[in-house]
Amino acid sequence: MTLLATNAQISAPRARSRALTRFLSNRGAVAGACVIALILAMAILAPLITRYDPNTTNFLAIRKPPGLAYWLGTDELGRDLFARMLYGARASLMAGVISVSIAIAIGLPIGLIAGYYGGLVDMVISRCTEALLACPFLILAIALAAFLGPSLANAMVAIGLAAMPIFVRLTRGQVISVKAEDYVEGARAIGLPHHVILIRHVLPNVIAPVIVQATLATASAIIAEASLSFLGLGQQPPSPSWGSMLNTAKNFIEQAPWMSLWPGLAIFVVVLAFNLMGDGLRDALDPRRS
Amino acid sequence: MLEMIARRLLIALPTLILVSIFVFGLQKLLPGDPVLVIAGEERDPQVLAYLRELYRFDDPIPLQYWAWIKQVVQGNFGASLRTGASVSALIVQKLPVTLQLAAFAMIFALGIGIPLGVFAATRKGTWVDSAVSTMALSGLSIPNFWLGIILILIVSVNFRLLPASGFVSLWEDPWRALQTMIMPAFVLGNALAATIMRHTRSSMLEVLSQDYVRTARAKGLFEPAVVWKHAFRNALIPVVSIATLLFGELMAGAVLTEQIFSIPGFGKLIVDGVFNRDYSVVQGVVLCVAVGFIAMNLLADILYVIVNPRLRGTR
Amino acid sequence: MTRYPLLATGLAALLACAAASPASAQSTFRIGLQEDPDALDPHKGNTYVGRVVFAALCDKLIDISPKLELVPQLASSWTISPDGLSITIKLRAGVKFHDGEAMDGEAVKANLDRARTLADSRRKSELASIASVDVVDASTILLKLAKPDATILYALSDRAGMMLAPKSLASDVAAKPVCSGPYKFVERVQNDRIVLERFADHWRKQDYAFDRVIYRAIPDTTVRLANLRSGDLDMLERLAPTDTKSVKSDASLKYVEITGLGYQGLTVNVGNGPAADNPLGRDKRVRQAFSLSLDRQALSDVVFEGTYPPAIQAFPPSSFAHNPDIKLPARDVAKARQLLKEAGLDKAPIDVEIQAANNPVFLRLVEVVQAMAGEAGFNVKIRSTEFATLLREQVAGRFQMSSVGWSGRADPDGNTHVFWTTGGGQNDGKYSNAEVDRLMNEARTRYEPAERRKLYDAVQKIVQEDLPIIYLLYWNWPYVVSAKVDGFVPYPDGIIRLNGMKITR
Repeated sequence: MTLLATNAQISAPRARSRALTRFLSNRGAVAGACVIALILAMAILAPLITRYDPNTTNFLAIRKPPGLAYWLGTDELGRDLFARMLYGARASLMAGVISVSIAIAIGLPIGLIAGYYGGLVDMVISRCTEALLACPFLILAIALAAFLGPSLANAMVAIGLAAMPIFVRLTRGQVISVKAEDYVEGARAIGLPHHVILIRHVLPNVIAPVIVQATLATASAIIAEASLSFLGLGQQPPSPSWGSMLNTAKNFIEQAPWMSLWPGLAIFVVVLAFNLMGDGLRDALDPRRS
Repeated sequence: MLEMIARRLLIALPTLILVSIFVFGLQKLLPGDPVLVIAGEERDPQVLAYLRELYRFDDPIPLQYWAWIKQVVQGNFGASLRTGASVSALIVQKLPVTLQLAAFAMIFALGIGIPLGVFAATRKGTWVDSAVSTMALSGLSIPNFWLGIILILIVSVNFRLLPASGFVSLWEDPWRALQTMIMPAFVLGNALAATIMRHTRSSMLEVLSQDYVRTARAKGLFEPAVVWKHAFRNALIPVVSIATLLFGELMAGAVLTEQIFSIPGFGKLIVDGVFNRDYSVVQGVVLCVAVGFIAMNLLADILYVIVNPRLRGTR
Repeated sequence: MTRYPLLATGLAALLACAAASPASAQSTFRIGLQEDPDALDPHKGNTYVGRVVFAALCDKLIDISPKLELVPQLASSWTISPDGLSITIKLRAGVKFHDGEAMDGEAVKANLDRARTLADSRRKSELASIASVDVVDASTILLKLAKPDATILYALSDRAGMMLAPKSLASDVAAKPVCSGPYKFVERVQNDRIVLERFADHWRKQDYAFDRVIYRAIPDTTVRLANLRSGDLDMLERLAPTDTKSVKSDASLKYVEITGLGYQGLTVNVGNGPAADNPLGRDKRVRQAFSLSLDRQALSDVVFEGTYPPAIQAFPPSSFAHNPDIKLPARDVAKARQLLKEAGLDKAPIDVEIQAANNPVFLRLVEVVQAMAGEAGFNVKIRSTEFATLLREQVAGRFQMSSVGWSGRADPDGNTHVFWTTGGGQNDGKYSNAEVDRLMNEARTRYEPAERRKLYDAVQKIVQEDLPIIYLLYWNWPYVVSAKVDGFVPYPDGIIRLNGMKITR
């Protein structure tokens, strides 16, 4: 909510290439994008990078500090932390991306409909959105995750549903401001069907702030997944996610501080990268800002 | 103005009803049998049957909702399934706790966020600006439960500077209250400080580019006077209204912060309630939070109305 | 804080204050609990932490010794009639409740009747064998039993035997419990603390040194320990096993532990619905193989730093029913595979799903089981659920194996009867064996421990073969007390008894 993108209105393709230039000139944003790309690549190529299996226990190598054999050390069951970090990246990134996709997949169409049709439909949708927004995001996610049962997939659904109302509100606001534009009025005047207007004329002009919001929401979603896992409602053992690794690591914070150091740092870096990229995107897509 | 408030209140009503339905429905959808949890290890079948009847768990859900909402309207949130304590009393007991935490966090956030935001805005584009902005983004990006654990480890366990957890009311023992609040307020407040800093910065930038500020500068007024006297006052009001909107964030953040520092407030009540399937507690507390949130939104709206005409006019 | 208002200079006053404050703080004893207790009504309470608070708040008729013998508390003595159908209890004279009422025969009857009849009393099944409670005179009570019941005396040594002031029974007991224990209720802030203060008229007040006792609920083990180290607590219960080493090496702390009455085990679904229809549920050889594939000592070492003793039977070592002849088997993967071969199941890995509550420690336990059983040809999947869901799935029979803990009872019957007998309240795997039922019911009627032990030995022969529950480890109660605290004696029931404890400096 605090990361809500400001209204941006871009229409011509020329503006888009200008936006790209602006984005590329923002060092922080580019750095963020690079970090995300790097971590994504490491997560995908995990089996090639490490010879350890993230779930294979070794009771002879319990809680070994970082060293040559185990680069980042081992955990309470003697599993290699580097391997777990790599595979955990998959879970955490997936949680971020998929939950935001869920939020958009549901929130965007509802917002489009509410903004475009207005009237009673808008009224009902707006009230529901407001009601959902009145329950704090994390509390909603906790309740939903508890309801669905603890698992990574359910955590993603819970986070997605909890983040959805923001997208409804954002899209609706955009649509209402775009609706008054000449080209939409014109399209209506020549009698184009609603769905054509919506998809061809309204959607493209709504998408930019949604992308910005999506980037920032991904950052929040990664933290939310970590928070749910921290409460035991996310990824379940033995598979790792950064959040669930922190959840176990907190019991060993004195004996094996490295166990909580890596996942905490990784979450921090990735979330920072998404936030930097989101900020950069916003500045690039919002001409008023430059 | 009054008309606006009345209209907003009217809109808030259906929202509230919807919230109550969501909150209630969500709870009823939770898997697990609350009666099995309440009945305890022995699980006496007679007790199970009695509890099921007592709490009307076998009634159709709409009927259960109706019974509940009728009570709520009369200010009675029912009794905790786990301890039998009155939920209304619990809310009265825990609200000051969370409010104290929220107030400390907010004071911290405003105290750090506003000066830094002004500072960054007046030095836009310099390394100071980027440093402050990066700091703010870092504050937003750090998982606060992780920060809390690391702080406890370093500050309380290794250096024994502050108590690791607990809660002392400000009215009982202000000094001790301050000591127990420093770390939680910092953990909860750092993300808010970042948000406030970012809003202050952009609000300041906007104001600084306004005509009257330029005029003031052109007249050769002393720069700090321009910044603090002319620009800051106008930039502050949208920031204050953003701060009211952060209420929801504050409550959500309080959930984890209270969990880590064992602060017996709303957040802990909710999480424990969800895990223990203490329906009446979760319902009552979440409803309360939602009402607070809606009230805060209303307040923010009113603030905007007060602020806007002045922002438009050039002095 | 003690004040000396007439001291001449402000500095001197300050110094005096500083010197005096530890002295006044000493009479307050602060205990960190892992959870917030539930209803503080002994007839409704369900939690271990609740019992810890009751130990200071409410005296009971009978207590147990560290060796689990029954010893007098509010009852000064008791006798059982030769037919085993009536128990005469003599009450201690001159005992008062916190509100000044006398603890007499009428009061005991009112309490026992409340525990037996209150609609949501959790003590009903413990006291089910009592047919009537008769007041013989002010200091004598007669319990008439419907059938001989050896478990009743142990029931009276726990919450069922706690006495509330008769006048308080009509009010909301949990909000302000009025008992006869060494400490009386002051206030409770839910999820935070329970405060008790010394009861000046207690019959044993000389054994209790503290003026105030504060129980604080701090669920996070790390934070609980940090509070003890920083001096905000004087004692804590359930130290995280991983912290044992650092606590033992800390001169300002004392580590105290005792093997508890409870155990950690795996309940196998042998007859509860269609989910029981799997190799493990069908064939006891498969269960035996599973049990043999586990190295219980290693399990304890990895998950609990070796603090939880390995278990193979339901009775803890402190119980008279414990049979030392049942030896802990060494891990034997070859034999496990041999058993699977006999069962005709050695071709492909056997799929097993274990349900476990999503608590990091117990999940780790199941993860180690998963790894060990894997080497013997079991393909173990873990399904972690919240505790509330786990219970429901268990009762509904939607599980193959379920990782469960039982907090344990002083009477051997409490650890076994509900789990092993047909239709037992905790028998979620629906194990049923007529001979087991007969022996277990028979054991209940024998008051002589040696006789009961023989019957339990006979049951164990069957159950060790059938393995409806695969026992893994006994619970351990690890406490940490500040080095300033003396006189703490742990009991197998895990309850913290404050008598004899004091702060020395």
